[in-house]
Amino acid sequence: MSTLEIRNLHVTVETPEGTKEILKGVDLTINSGETHAIMGPNGSGKSTLAYSIAGHPKYTITEGSVTLDGEDVLEMSVDERAKAGLFLAMQYPVEVPGVSVSNFLRTAKTAIDGEAPKLRTWVKDVKGAMENLRMDPAFGERGVNEGFSGGEKKRHEILQMELLQPKISILDETDSGLDVDALRIVSEGVNRAKDTTGLGIMLITHYTRILRYIKPDFVHVFVAGRVAEQGGPELAERLEAEGYDRYLASA
Amino acid sequence: MTVTDHTQATADAAHSHGIVPDKSRADRVVSFDADVFPVPTGREENWRFSPVRDLRSIFADEPADGHLEWTTSELPAGVALTEVPADDARARTVREPGDRASALAVKHSGGAMALTIAANTVVEEPITIDLRGTGGDVRGHLLVEIGQSAEATVVITRTGTARYSELVSVDLRDNAGLNLVLLQQWDEDAIHAGEVVARLGRDSRLRGTVVTLGGKVVRLNTSAAFAGEGASVDLFGLYFADSGQHQEHQLFVDHAVPKCTSRVTYKGALAGKTAHSVWIGDVLIRAAAEGTDTYELNRNLVLTDGARADSVPNLEIETGEIEGAGHASATGRFDEEQMFYLRSRGISEDQARKLVVRGFFADLIHEIGVPAVEESLLKQIDLEIAHVEEELEHE
Repeated sequence: MSTLEIRNLHVTVETPEGTKEILKGVDLTINSGETHAIMGPNGSGKSTLAYSIAGHPKYTITEGSVTLDGEDVLEMSVDERAKAGLFLAMQYPVEVPGVSVSNFLRTAKTAIDGEAPKLRTWVKDVKGAMENLRMDPAFGERGVNEGFSGGEKKRHEILQMELLQPKISILDETDSGLDVDALRIVSEGVNRAKDTTGLGIMLITHYTRILRYIKPDFVHVFVAGRVAEQGGPELAERLEAEGYDRYLASA
Repeated sequence: MTVTDHTQATADAAHSHGIVPDKSRADRVVSFDADVFPVPTGREENWRFSPVRDLRSIFADEPADGHLEWTTSELPAGVALTEVPADDARARTVREPGDRASALAVKHSGGAMALTIAANTVVEEPITIDLRGTGGDVRGHLLVEIGQSAEATVVITRTGTARYSELVSVDLRDNAGLNLVLLQQWDEDAIHAGEVVARLGRDSRLRGTVVTLGGKVVRLNTSAAFAGEGASVDLFGLYFADSGQHQEHQLFVDHAVPKCTSRVTYKGALAGKTAHSVWIGDVLIRAAAEGTDTYELNRNLVLTDGARADSVPNLEIETGEIEGAGHASATGRFDEEQMFYLRSRGISEDQARKLVVRGFFADLIHEIGVPAVEESLLKQIDLEIAHVEEELEHE
């Protein structure tokens, strides 16, 4: 049982116009086995929340705390956060030319576990995980994200999540740009990880469509850098019908 | 970052790219007479990036006092390494020297060493020649002669230290194949100015790989000229410049006859405040060279602030009847987003840097085609990266 606790998080970013506060006091608690959908209009700070938790150097935390099972996440380096059990599935994963997917996965697994995985079971695990995500075995020999289609990139993110077995996973707009077949495959992967490892999920999305495939336990509406409203799955249905206009008018 | 790509360029008689030389590359002087070439000042087109002050002793028209220690692998039947007197050496050199350093290297080398592979000899194992500098000035002249339909791999490794200049003449007879690997693994105070001139006979195949890691100044000019139809040349280069190192690679591919193919692929990493790399790639497609297919590429990865990579591709095309002609040059900073991505998967900063740099060079290393060299190169690149980490810690 793990808990990610975000308290009064304030985050700024440097822009050509000066320092800008993006997150203005975010409170959120995610436990193992829970799926929290973070929904909101573009520019509301959803991605900033994701990248701040993962430790991207672009963002400065000015106030508040993030802990994982009581440990101060903000004190950790980027790789330490991953080793502690956090995972960020990125919206735009970058290419790392010349580094094969299989080498990358093995290196990451070794780093997370602190020891190299047993070769025989590892090869089997990778093969199985790739089959589940309908990925061609030849994928392993390609450069990381090199020339991947949008759908391939997202499946590759979920592949990593399934193999690295984090405690808490943040999915940053994993659904955007996917056709329905790819969305279904990716969603199956997320549900599988949740069922087998009790993963806690922060599901950041702009659209409600993914919530047909990944059932949220909680829905948080994110507006202007903080949580404007929260509730159960019924809140997503209301958003689907009404959109975000109601929040934007009052913000 | 700049990228130019003209893979399917169809060009007129006066087509050229990049910094246009004041005249055609074809007009550049070549001569065994060193006096034809004044002492470079650094203002000349072909010396403008070079630290000419460090090359002073190489420009001096004086006998040299030092020598390199030669260690050679056992030579199989059909392969000979012989000393050749000066007159004969000149006659057997495929092209006259193209600059003062090269002309003086021939003049003061006291003859040449000739590695000769007899016609139809196929040498399975790489022939290795280790040249170790023991200090002082050294002038060298080397002939590599591959007989008709012969095939060989030759690995020449330079270590130790010297102020060394050389001319390497590579003669590929019809249908010959040569994989020539030149490794510059000098100590950190070595100065090396070399010229490699290759002539490719009909249907011959040259793979030339240059790896420059060591030395204070390394300046290697490689020229390949096609003398018969149907020949191909692949020139690969890998360099890694640290603080205080100047690594310069100039290339010239001369398409003078029809239906030949050339590929030039050079990649370099730079780290440290005064690291400097220079790449100049000239390709000339003469009017007679119909059906030419050529592409040249240079990529540089700048790992730290203050390093400088100069990259100048030039393409001169005198006929429109070609298969393809293109070039690309790109110099990029070490990518922080790549770093973040890898580290967000638990991979440490040091290891992430290693992965990215190894990845950058990976395809190139696999082109060398000599497993022992490839393996040792991967290790040396790791050492270079470790050195970068030390420098970063000092900052």
